[in-house]
Amino acid sequence: MQPANPSKPPMTARIERPLSPHLQTYRWTLTMALSIVHRATGVALYFGTLLLAWWLIAAASGPGAYANVQAFTGSIIGKLIVFGYTWALMHHLLSGLRHLVWDLGYGFKASEREAMTWGALIGGVSLTVLVWIAAYAIGGGR
Amino acid sequence: MVEFALPKNSKITGGKTWPKPVGATETREFKVYRWNPDDGKNPGIDTYHIDINDCGPMVLDGLIWIKNHIDPTLTFRRSCREGVCGSCAMNIDGQNTLACTKSMHDVKDGAVKVNPLPHQPVVKDLVPDLTNFYAQYASIEPWLKTTTPTPQKEWRQSHEDREKLDGLYECILCACCSTSCPSYWWNSDRYLGPAALLQANRWVKDSRDEATGERLDNLEDPFRLYRCHTIMNCAKACPKGLNPAEAIAELKLKLVERQI
Repeated sequence: MQPANPSKPPMTARIERPLSPHLQTYRWTLTMALSIVHRATGVALYFGTLLLAWWLIAAASGPGAYANVQAFTGSIIGKLIVFGYTWALMHHLLSGLRHLVWDLGYGFKASEREAMTWGALIGGVSLTVLVWIAAYAIGGGR
Repeated sequence: MVEFALPKNSKITGGKTWPKPVGATETREFKVYRWNPDDGKNPGIDTYHIDINDCGPMVLDGLIWIKNHIDPTLTFRRSCREGVCGSCAMNIDGQNTLACTKSMHDVKDGAVKVNPLPHQPVVKDLVPDLTNFYAQYASIEPWLKTTTPTPQKEWRQSHEDREKLDGLYECILCACCSTSCPSYWWNSDRYLGPAALLQANRWVKDSRDEATGERLDNLEDPFRLYRCHTIMNCAKACPKGLNPAEAIAELKLKLVERQI
């Protein structure tokens, strides 16, 4: 039997291996991007719901409190936030329907998959714009 | 765990540009991930120029040309060179595929960028350590499990039942799908990933198998199966044109169906 060589590391010594690049190299796909957008709009809806709750509480509290909310949502920043909330809601709704179809076992062909995903993206933006056009037409943007 | 940035020892730094082949009239640039376990340096990207008039059309032909003519230390796995064995799976031009069936001329813009399969420990250059991937495949027990006595001849199956395995049995376990999946990147310690789940479905759907309930029990877990968020990278990456996302959806449906 050969004596162990103390200067040589044992064969079982662990090499610290690098992790191969992932997000850094992977080419973004539409479904991959919309997956993270679905998650982000879901998170945004929590904050949008806070806004909605504020509005309802203010409406129940009296004209003073309600006027405060109106002043905020009537400002440029307020309008942008409400517009973003509308889009998050519409996009999450349509994207959620897409997930429902997949969970039922349909829409897995490449063409169906891409069409549904584009549909959620374009549909979400279109519905948002339509809702705002309707809001301005009926309520005058107040 | 979700970690967007690479660890310190994995950050890509530098790389060498090798001289262009002498006398070549038409060349193609290859940018290849390199890491050598013996020199203690971080990974880098080496730049090569291949003579495309002296080389086959596939990315694997290009890599072999580099190994033969420029740099014999370049390390990668390959065997059948015709999309059957799954050895040369790697990330080419930002997508996971087999180097032997991907034409370098289909890579449109600029250099052909070649990286190892994403989010795996690197053994050397383009060779990832797939130990975890294979262990996950073993965990779904990919063999026929029966309780009835073994028949005198083979286990018989109707043509219709055999057809149910189409789109599943063709999987060559190249790991293109699993390593394309962000959910697998963040949770490969607990999520089985598209390849193992497609194989799980292959045995659940097999009419001869008698352990369906047991197999489904094993999958009913918030991580093992339900980390799939239908991101769909798996279906886009599969070089055999299979659809792991659909196979996973079928498993999810079966888990619901058996409760109602």
